[in-house]
Amino acid sequence: MSERQHTIFLDGEEVPFRDGETVYEVSERHRREVPTLCYDPRLEAFGACRLCVVEVEGLRNPVASCTTKATAGMRVNTRTDVLEAHRKTLLELVASESRAAAEAPAGAVPGTVDPLRGYASQELATLASRYEVSGERFAGAKSGHSKGADDDNPFILRDYDLCISCYRCVRVCAEREGDYAISVANRGFHTQITTEFDSKLSDSSCTFCGQCVQTCPTGALADKKALRKVDVPGELQKTRTICPYCGVGCSVDIVTKGEEIVAVQPAMDGPANEGALCIKGQFAWDHVQHGDRLKTPFVRGEDGELRPASWDEALDRAAAGFRKAYAEHGAHAIYAIASGRAPHESAYTVQKFIRAGFGTNYIDNCSRA
Amino acid sequence: MSNPLRDMEKPEAIFCIGTNMTECHPVAATRLKRAVAKGARMIVADPRRIPLADYAELYLPIRIGSDVALLLAMGHVLVRDGLVDEDFVAARTKDFEAFRDHVKDFTPEWASGICQVPAADIEKAAHIYGSAGRAAIYYTLGITEHICGVDNVQSLCNLALVTGNLGREGAGINPMRGQNNIQGAGDCGAIPANFPGFQACDDPASVAKFSALYGRDIEPVRGITKVKALELAVEGEMKAMLICGENTVVSDPDRKHCEHALKSLDHLVVIDLFPTETTAMADVVLPATGWGETDGVYTNTERRVQRVRAAVPAQGEAKPDWWIISQLAKRLGLPGFEYQSARDVFDELCSVSPIYEGLDWDRIDAGAYHWPVPTKDHPGTPILHEDGFKNGRGLFRVIHYRDPAEVVDDEYPVWLTTGRRLEAYHTRTMTGRSSGIDYLLSEESLEVHPDNVAAWGLQDGGYARVTSRRGSVVMRVRADTTSPRGTVFCSFSFGDVPVNDLTGGGYDPVTFTAELKVCPVRVEAVAGA
Repeated sequence: MSERQHTIFLDGEEVPFRDGETVYEVSERHRREVPTLCYDPRLEAFGACRLCVVEVEGLRNPVASCTTKATAGMRVNTRTDVLEAHRKTLLELVASESRAAAEAPAGAVPGTVDPLRGYASQELATLASRYEVSGERFAGAKSGHSKGADDDNPFILRDYDLCISCYRCVRVCAEREGDYAISVANRGFHTQITTEFDSKLSDSSCTFCGQCVQTCPTGALADKKALRKVDVPGELQKTRTICPYCGVGCSVDIVTKGEEIVAVQPAMDGPANEGALCIKGQFAWDHVQHGDRLKTPFVRGEDGELRPASWDEALDRAAAGFRKAYAEHGAHAIYAIASGRAPHESAYTVQKFIRAGFGTNYIDNCSRA
Repeated sequence: MSNPLRDMEKPEAIFCIGTNMTECHPVAATRLKRAVAKGARMIVADPRRIPLADYAELYLPIRIGSDVALLLAMGHVLVRDGLVDEDFVAARTKDFEAFRDHVKDFTPEWASGICQVPAADIEKAAHIYGSAGRAAIYYTLGITEHICGVDNVQSLCNLALVTGNLGREGAGINPMRGQNNIQGAGDCGAIPANFPGFQACDDPASVAKFSALYGRDIEPVRGITKVKALELAVEGEMKAMLICGENTVVSDPDRKHCEHALKSLDHLVVIDLFPTETTAMADVVLPATGWGETDGVYTNTERRVQRVRAAVPAQGEAKPDWWIISQLAKRLGLPGFEYQSARDVFDELCSVSPIYEGLDWDRIDAGAYHWPVPTKDHPGTPILHEDGFKNGRGLFRVIHYRDPAEVVDDEYPVWLTTGRRLEAYHTRTMTGRSSGIDYLLSEESLEVHPDNVAAWGLQDGGYARVTSRRGSVVMRVRADTTSPRGTVFCSFSFGDVPVNDLTGGGYDPVTFTAELKVCPVRVEAVAGA
């Protein structure tokens, strides 16, 4: 890599760029807010939506900034009246493709969908609002028809009436997951995002990782489990944490309303996963607030049955049993198994309990099975 | 893992053995798929034709439990064909001559008879791995859950040492840890051989350090493993046990033995989220807060130390584990359990553990550090062994092939191997309570090659009785070419198909890990059921 620092001129400002960077990436880094719909930083640039066009001095026509590499001395304009008018027209065309945009009531922002649909689901509505776009100007034929009833899978809603054919779902499945479950059929107004033989996702190579849902910029692909929580009152909150399943340690955001978990979304900047998840991390979260959870301590009664107890009674019983075993049989009659599922603070205190309590190393965890 | 997850996109050659990664670590597997798409050459060795094999240039369908033979023969080819990294071997390793002389006898033709794969494919695997500039090994429980688990791992180390594939980007030996914080449990000292930070329990200085810290003399000898503790319970010597967040009865091998052990105790305290087969045997059950409700720390498979955060309040009266154990300790009059928060506990761990000494609760907020992080100004250690090995030089080991504890015979003529499926996690205490999962995986089934289904008088979708030397289980049959002829597969996730009634023929003599991957059985059709 070259050590010499090259620069381009971005709206007149001289800024550095790294070898191989696109004009869009440089613009993003310098907060130019160039609009896009087909762009996901994890995917190969695609250049389909044309919203990210910029003017490059010396070139007759605007170019898509996501597919144009920065070159030394390049003079780029990211926001001119001509570009903004062009982007608005493009957005009106795109909006006319989406049911939610085309059918938006007068005065409403076209493309509005519930944010529970997915991580990127607000992108179209956000741009429509910024450019004051309505879906009416090009109202008429639309591509894509929804598969709400045809696909009974419990995770992924395929509401293609909202689809704008950006191909992000197709590309994330191929480029990031390597599963190639999603493809495109037909052209023009007959374009349809589909699977092999136009089947259900469960009959395809889909693994239900949910990546197509989370990259969809319109909510056409949506999280069905989250959508069941649309009517839960409260503001959406996100809490950054780590997935509770395997040892990869994917970063996720737990999405809550009030005291209820309503969804999980991948953390796009998670160091282990870079936005990826699998079916377990993405969709298997409702065990947390499940009715089967233990909500009180239990002790075994005289009748041999477990019965609910207070913390004081249960802890006294627990302590008494260890005290008795130690008094009657010594330290080597006592053992503890810590969890590889609980956090450090659990394992640390369990091992300390044994070592500080009984002076042995009679401690293990669940890694041997 | 010796190398970080991001390195999985950088090798020129990838050797996956005993790791069903697309199902067990799906997100890590996406990195290997991308590496292959960019031109990396991948070898997959596994008795079953797992999905990862579809991405491999070379798939080696080795017989269950024959890994050492394969790896010896690969070592033979590396030495014979001049694929030794002489500089690395000279500068960084010890006892190469013993290894070189040892592998002379173990030709690919010899291994072919044991592994049941063509000798030419073994040669090809050695050439792909040995001629790459950067070659990385990935493995999981398919390597460790054998009576020769340690031998398997050391055989892999020999290959990495002989080719100099350690301490470099895109290389290394990389075990994929199966549970969110199983690495952390070891880091924290919840193992019989080590105090926190892998300080040995039989090292006098470490014993003195922790005896002083914990205010009590700790015996200067290693403890016993869980497997041994359960045996002692059956024998009446073990009397009281604390089990935290493990459904021991279902997840451990030889369920009858395990139940017997727990029943034999005078006192069993279980901390868990849900009622389980194990809480049902307890004298006291204590409800814990779980994921999404608890602040704390996990360490992932690449030794990255990461924060977990509470998003919702506890269910009912449930409490964090550290609080429960501290209350118990205080009732026994133990000092040093006056923690007010998870932060207090973690910061204490950092202060007593050299590999965490440079960390604290605030410093790990963004999850930016791989241990060891010995000082506050240390950047962390994404790649191990870059400058040297902990004990000086990388040691070659002389390993001999051994048969599994039990091998197929006239009475038990079929190899059973066990594992996991994408949609279910362990004993389904979590995934089984998450809506929608049943749509994809609603019951367990025995995976049988279609030719065997016909030959053994079974029916696809019908039922079979599977019997080992320890027990017998009835389960549905699913015809599937993933398992080869003569080998069947089942997961241990479903309580109504307790496959661990069958397993448990032997244990690794060093780690006491059960040979869950090998269990000879017989398979018989049952009508109706």
